[in-house]
Amino acid sequence: MCPSSPVSIDTCYVKRQAMADAGAPAVSQHNKPVKNSWWHNNQQSMTPWLFLAPGILFFLFYVIFPIYQSFSLSFYSWDGLGEAEYVGAYNYEELYWDDAFYTSLRNNLIWLVMYLFAIPAGLFIALFLNQTVTGIRLYKSLFFFPFVISQVVVGLVFTWFYDPTFGLLNYILGGVGIPPINVLGDENFVTYGIIVAGLWPQTAYCMILYLTGLNAVDPEQIEAGRLDGAKGLRMLWHIIIPQLRPATFIAFVVTIIGALRSFDLISVMTNGGPYGESRVLSFYMFEVALSEYGFRMGYGASIAVVLFLIMLVFIAYFLWSMYQEEKAR
Amino acid sequence: MHTMLKMTAAALAIVAANTGSTFAADLSGDFKIFLDTSNPAPRATMEKMIGDFQTLHPDLKIETTVIDREAYKTQIRNFLTANAPDVATWYAANRMRPYVEAGLFEDVSDLWAEPAIADNLASTKGAMTIDGKQWGVPYTYYQWGVYYRKDIFDELGLSEPTNWEEEKANCQKIIDSGRKCYTIGSKFLWTAGGWFDYMNMRTNGFDFHMDLLTGQASWESDEVRKTFANWRELIDMGAFIDNHASYSWQEALPFMVKGDATAYLMGNFAVAPLRDAGLTDDQLDFYQFVEINPDVELAEDAPTDTFHIPSNATNKEAAREFLRYVASADVQTWINDGKNLGQLPVNAQSSVDKDKFLEQGFEMLSTNSPGGVAQFFDRDAPAEMAKVAMEGLQEFMVKPDNLDKILSRLERARGRIYKN
Repeated sequence: MCPSSPVSIDTCYVKRQAMADAGAPAVSQHNKPVKNSWWHNNQQSMTPWLFLAPGILFFLFYVIFPIYQSFSLSFYSWDGLGEAEYVGAYNYEELYWDDAFYTSLRNNLIWLVMYLFAIPAGLFIALFLNQTVTGIRLYKSLFFFPFVISQVVVGLVFTWFYDPTFGLLNYILGGVGIPPINVLGDENFVTYGIIVAGLWPQTAYCMILYLTGLNAVDPEQIEAGRLDGAKGLRMLWHIIIPQLRPATFIAFVVTIIGALRSFDLISVMTNGGPYGESRVLSFYMFEVALSEYGFRMGYGASIAVVLFLIMLVFIAYFLWSMYQEEKAR
Repeated sequence: MHTMLKMTAAALAIVAANTGSTFAADLSGDFKIFLDTSNPAPRATMEKMIGDFQTLHPDLKIETTVIDREAYKTQIRNFLTANAPDVATWYAANRMRPYVEAGLFEDVSDLWAEPAIADNLASTKGAMTIDGKQWGVPYTYYQWGVYYRKDIFDELGLSEPTNWEEEKANCQKIIDSGRKCYTIGSKFLWTAGGWFDYMNMRTNGFDFHMDLLTGQASWESDEVRKTFANWRELIDMGAFIDNHASYSWQEALPFMVKGDATAYLMGNFAVAPLRDAGLTDDQLDFYQFVEINPDVELAEDAPTDTFHIPSNATNKEAAREFLRYVASADVQTWINDGKNLGQLPVNAQSSVDKDKFLEQGFEMLSTNSPGGVAQFFDRDAPAEMAKVAMEGLQEFMVKPDNLDKILSRLERARGRIYKN
């Protein structure tokens, strides 16, 4: 019957449903006596839910419920210890007047835009490494290395690199006669400085995605393109990149998410400074709610809500484009 | 850790038996202690002290947890509510207010009614009092002041300044010699708070400073502007090291060690790393922050570290006994000596160790601080205000021209934070 037949599970399920709807005890027609228990009748429709249940429960408990909690908490004033006091939209009103919030929001946007640079950079390195020379595995692992080490280590390494007095960067700049720059102490450079540090591992990540993607590129199409006279950039743009679309999509998703949750680098490299100029929303939320001086859970929650809404735009876009792709098949 | 504690305890059994014969030895049960003394030297001191306490009360099952000092500041909120120890370290004054108001610290006014504590710890009673009750006992405090390179002062023919004009004259000579006057690392903000404490207390006096930090005075007042104007004189001279916003207070130490900067406004805890870095007591000296406005009395910062009993503690009897023990004169004498914490004992009956900085600090605090003793910027002001304000102070040190913007921001924060 169904499981042994070549039809897909879905069709099989539909078939069974149809039989069940018709009221015929289809399954047990032959051999054993009729078992009319509820479980027996609904086995097929219930099984997927049972398998999904652990996942759904965890998702509800660890994702949906906290989201709900953040939303409700953002209408309270609470120090995390005493009684929470309902203040309506006061926290959002505060956000509206809060310069630090706009600074964080602006930095978030800079992160979003600048971080995307990891995708072309990763593609470039992947194309460069997608060849067979002696020791290519070693080169690949060296390029992949920054992704393996912890973000905290990346942050520390770059902090030393940028150090205004002893750092390598200013040593190099001094060599070509440029006066020293205090990257992490200057409000105009600091966010870019941190993003560059973040791009180092993120590029490696995109590179790996593209390397696996390049393995799946169809050699016949390249052959065909070559016969039609495509070379170099035209080949890349019209033949290779379209085939890398799944890899690009994933790279885009992880980079956007990576940019929005940039936290550890900021914490390690500047602690939000100088005077709060390198904060992003996630860091600011942590600061007001959970850090040494933070006692404003409600305010932190309202920042979290704003961050969530920003993320929601992207999540909705991702889901929508995945849905479109599924539909097109 | 247990075995180590036991070994220490055994080794010290004889000593402890002599010093602690007055304590009852009938305590029992589990006894959990959380400490934030994570640096190696204070940690060893605390473990030794707890070992002694264990010897006095052999039936007590003591379990000590040492948490990283910075992490402790955020974790305390969780463990006080969820998994409370019987005794925990913390800080005095406004810094303990959130926990007092949330009912997470035990009222220990009964201990403060006992003569042993009431008579000997009276100097810090104010800092331990909220709503007329006391919420913990202090075990150590330390002076703030200017630590400077005596050898460089001698080389330039400078002497310790006593007033603002001398301070600036000294500084000018130091700058002319190609050095900076003061090192500071303001990455974690509070060091700038220390400078503001002194500038403001010297310009406007202790009482105004407290009014400002408790929200009763305006950040846009003329007094505050005067403070910043004085401070700006130093900034405009180029007295502070460049790029201080990128450094922590530890990262600012090498400037002084290498002689690129000559002085550091710091707490006494800076002495140990400076000595470790190779500066001898001949090269290193201390002076009280100079007088600026002769009309106000000198007041000092002397942050006090404390022990508290969480309300959710299970073994409060043992905890009270532990607090009595920590507050006692003998214990405070040895835990604060130069080989241990290297700070000042709070108990008036304790003696200060023979250490040039401790002696000077003790004398300064006991005889030359008529205006009062403050805890520290981020302990006297509520946490939220401290954070916003210290960020403003850091910004001011880097961009003094932004002062008006900074002050109006702080004034708005004051309106929001103190309104309850």
